[in-house]
Amino acid sequence: MNSPASIVEIRDLRYAINGRPIFDGLDADIVPGRVTAIMGPSGTGKTTLLRLITGQLRADSGSLIVAGQDMRAVRRTELYALRRRMGMLFQNGALLTDLNVFENVAFPLREHTDLPGRLIRQLVLTKLQAVGLRGAAELMPAELSGGMGRRVALARAIVMDPEILIYDEPFVGLDPISLGVILRLIRRLNDVLGLTSIVVSHDVHEISSVADAVYLLSGGKVAAHGAPRDLQASPSEVVRQFIGGLPDGPVPFHFPAPDYFGELLARGECL
Amino acid sequence: MNPIKELWRSLIEALVALGDISRFQLRLIVRIPRVLMRFDTVVRQIYNSGALSLVIIMLSGLFVGMVLGLQGYQLLRRFGSEQALGVAAAIGLVKELSPVVTALLFAGRAGTALASEIGLMRATDQLSAMEMMAVDPIEHVVVPRFLGGIIAMPLLSAIFSMIGIYGAQLVGVQIMHVDSGSFWSQMRAGVDLSDVSEGLVKSCIFGVACSLIAVYQGYYATPTAEGVGRATTRTVVASAVMVLFLDYLLTSAFL
Repeated sequence: MNSPASIVEIRDLRYAINGRPIFDGLDADIVPGRVTAIMGPSGTGKTTLLRLITGQLRADSGSLIVAGQDMRAVRRTELYALRRRMGMLFQNGALLTDLNVFENVAFPLREHTDLPGRLIRQLVLTKLQAVGLRGAAELMPAELSGGMGRRVALARAIVMDPEILIYDEPFVGLDPISLGVILRLIRRLNDVLGLTSIVVSHDVHEISSVADAVYLLSGGKVAAHGAPRDLQASPSEVVRQFIGGLPDGPVPFHFPAPDYFGELLARGECL
Repeated sequence: MNPIKELWRSLIEALVALGDISRFQLRLIVRIPRVLMRFDTVVRQIYNSGALSLVIIMLSGLFVGMVLGLQGYQLLRRFGSEQALGVAAAIGLVKELSPVVTALLFAGRAGTALASEIGLMRATDQLSAMEMMAVDPIEHVVVPRFLGGIIAMPLLSAIFSMIGIYGAQLVGVQIMHVDSGSFWSQMRAGVDLSDVSEGLVKSCIFGVACSLIAVYQGYYATPTAEGVGRATTRTVVASAVMVLFLDYLLTSAFL
């Protein structure tokens, strides 16, 4: 697992919410220039891992190094400097609802640079063209479909030319056409711009088609990792349940509960 | 349930909340100079909190003034001093009714809008997205709204007073036939700068309190529909109680 070239290096990471452990000794390496997928059943902490990587949360123990920066000891100014090198696509796009599409994409440029308006316009139009929405520049976020909103958010995420691009569940609620568009964009942007992409998703087949490496999380640890094809052949029961979409297995169908018949036959009118 | 234990727990919770809101206020204050450099963002919020509240403030001011005219006339006539209606209405409005009623209306109209807007930005990850773009959401979203509310409140209160005095004049002079010259001259003679400055100070302080409560509730709202709803309700309740409490303190301080 050791790779000196890792842009994100996670060692024995532990994190708990209200005493409930989410990660219990997580190890992972994300290699630059590749599309790395983080998969796992709902509630395994995929989004939490992204929030740890981006410094929105702090780990309880272990080590988490992002682009040479120790995320457990990072100061606010260093964190903001690091975030300028990152782009993130949120699950719902998270566009600023009081700005139109053009201004949403221009927002990071206006905040962080003193570029003249003409240059900002050119940069924004270039990024919007890359996601196929140059014609929608004047629309407000409320006028966009889910897929279009996510493409605008993607244009905004790449407008500062980041080194790392992070996608949080980018396929949720998309129709097959929009899904295909986002999939192709993930791969193309990664290759053309020379980015490192981290994609959190539980859409096994979609993400397997574009990812170079996959980490499958379960029970607070990495259950399996490797190329998507390796995972298909994995003997691990968790991996087989997840990839095969089996309703019961190591991840149980039933939430932990007392004995069924005992509870049905117990006295009392309500719980 | 032990009532003393409950009372103790509530007291501790209230103190913790007070500490939290004070720390939050400090975070806002240190960012004010940077936000003032981009005053256009504050102007937009003065428009949102102030200009968009004008209709409700003007209508309420008119009716409050008219009621004051009627009640004042009825009361003063008993002592044969209807001519003092102008000064009575003006002092009542400028010192007390305008700052308080404006603040209560502000909490209901602009405060709820601020809390729900910021709460929804939290719920839809817009604040997190700003954080991820290395943009400070407190500086960009919260402080301009806070300042906008503080600046809008005294302006709204002044407009409330003006329209209220017109409403009192409408009823007193036009309907009840109080002498117009006495109405205005007694008002000019009886209302002095200290009355106006008392009202101004009150409305500025209410502006700080109402805006702070609204942005605090919005910023720390639980990011769900229910959480945003609760934050909005809390904004109105906390602002109303705080305004009336502060009003008593300020009135006794000015005596």
